[in-house]
Amino acid sequence: MKPKVAFYWCAACGGCEEAVVDLAEGVLDVVAAVDIVFWPVALDFKRQDLEALADRSIAASFVNGAIRSTEQAEMARLIRSKSQFVIAFGSCAQLGGIPGLANLSNRQGIFETVYREAPSTINPEGVLPARTYQDNGHRLHLPGFFDTVRKLDDIIDVDYYVPGCPPTPKLLQEAVGALLSGNLPPKGTVLAPDRALCEECPRKDTRPEKLTLAEFKRPHQVLIDPEKCMMAQGLVCLGPATRGGCETRCINGNMPCTGCFGPTSRVRDFGAKALSAVACLAASNDDAEIQRILAGIPDPVGTFYRYSLPASLLERKRMKV
Amino acid sequence: MAETFEPKIVAFFCNWCTYLAADLAGTSRIKYAPNARVIRVMCSGRIDPQFVLEAFVKGADGVLIGGCHPGDCHYQEGNYKCLRRYHVLKHVLRDMGIEEERFRLEWISAAEAERLKAVMNGMVEKVRALGPLRLKTPDEVFAEEVAVA
Repeated sequence: MKPKVAFYWCAACGGCEEAVVDLAEGVLDVVAAVDIVFWPVALDFKRQDLEALADRSIAASFVNGAIRSTEQAEMARLIRSKSQFVIAFGSCAQLGGIPGLANLSNRQGIFETVYREAPSTINPEGVLPARTYQDNGHRLHLPGFFDTVRKLDDIIDVDYYVPGCPPTPKLLQEAVGALLSGNLPPKGTVLAPDRALCEECPRKDTRPEKLTLAEFKRPHQVLIDPEKCMMAQGLVCLGPATRGGCETRCINGNMPCTGCFGPTSRVRDFGAKALSAVACLAASNDDAEIQRILAGIPDPVGTFYRYSLPASLLERKRMKV
Repeated sequence: MAETFEPKIVAFFCNWCTYLAADLAGTSRIKYAPNARVIRVMCSGRIDPQFVLEAFVKGADGVLIGGCHPGDCHYQEGNYKCLRRYHVLKHVLRDMGIEEERFRLEWISAAEAERLKAVMNGMVEKVRALGPLRLKTPDEVFAEEVAVA
């Protein structure tokens, strides 16, 4: 009997599902080796099908997306009980990802903006999403919406992590291969190389020995040289703080690293480390001049915690009560 | 008598200047607010922003960094690196809802025991006025959040 595999998505954009599809012909090898028993985005299985399976009967479940609603938390727990291994797949499941930036607000703030204040919203009665809704004698139930976005391992026990926004097909293939062969690293391992992106950057040799910057530039403000180190061009590139293994996709596309692979194993708070590495480059010892240079990074939370706010030490903005 | 709030301050002092100022304050019998838990580091440039965040998460109401005056760093420019990180970290803290007065960087030389006293007393008063930080982690509030989500 072939091992059973499941894929599920929580608060995600669908890009991680694309990574599976991007296996291209490789997907046939995966399909030949395993039975996919649950994959809502591609195959017609329902929650009842998952509930009908025996506990721990799924060999491995790949869960992408952050946890934002009660339904996602419930599904994550259900998948956990049915699976031997759960793999947090992609930045959102591993670190909270882009949806995690919503931790700069809360449910009330988000509902007010989206359903009442946004210029494109027409909602004269000011209706907000509710857990239950009655119409025509029918009662409709909606999932609850948490104040705080969480990463997957805040909700359930996670065995392995595959980083990336999205992960590369190669990493997925290697993860499936490792699970099938039983040749597994210690629990909790991130299934990608444990070294900084700069180590594998094709522009590594163009990085100056001593790097300082009199100005930070944003990608839309410069014509980016396709050969030269991004940081040497004044761009905020998070390569020095980010785990490698992404095959330098953004660099190859002539864009600086934004940190989606998260930290290496020795770092607790990715944003703090990235901030530390970048801020030091300001080429001045004068307080006012340093502040002027660093004003070139107008949104440090969005820059350094773009994919990892729920996994950071602070986890969310402190809301005034 | 009503219980007054005593702020917890975590103070990272550089081995060569501010820590010696604290020593001098001690031998000179200078009294100042006893609210700080002092952590000696070899240089203000050694202070990883993670240390500051962790201090807040573990219950500090304020974090004070003390380093050598510009030009005086024992390692030539560690204090400048600290200054650069300080400005970005302060911006991050502000955006994360932590008041600016809770995080402070001061240059205090080994001879400036009086200045150490003034800085410490001033910081304690400002943080006392702000009240406790009380950072709640999402884990702590998860149960109540589930109930009302």
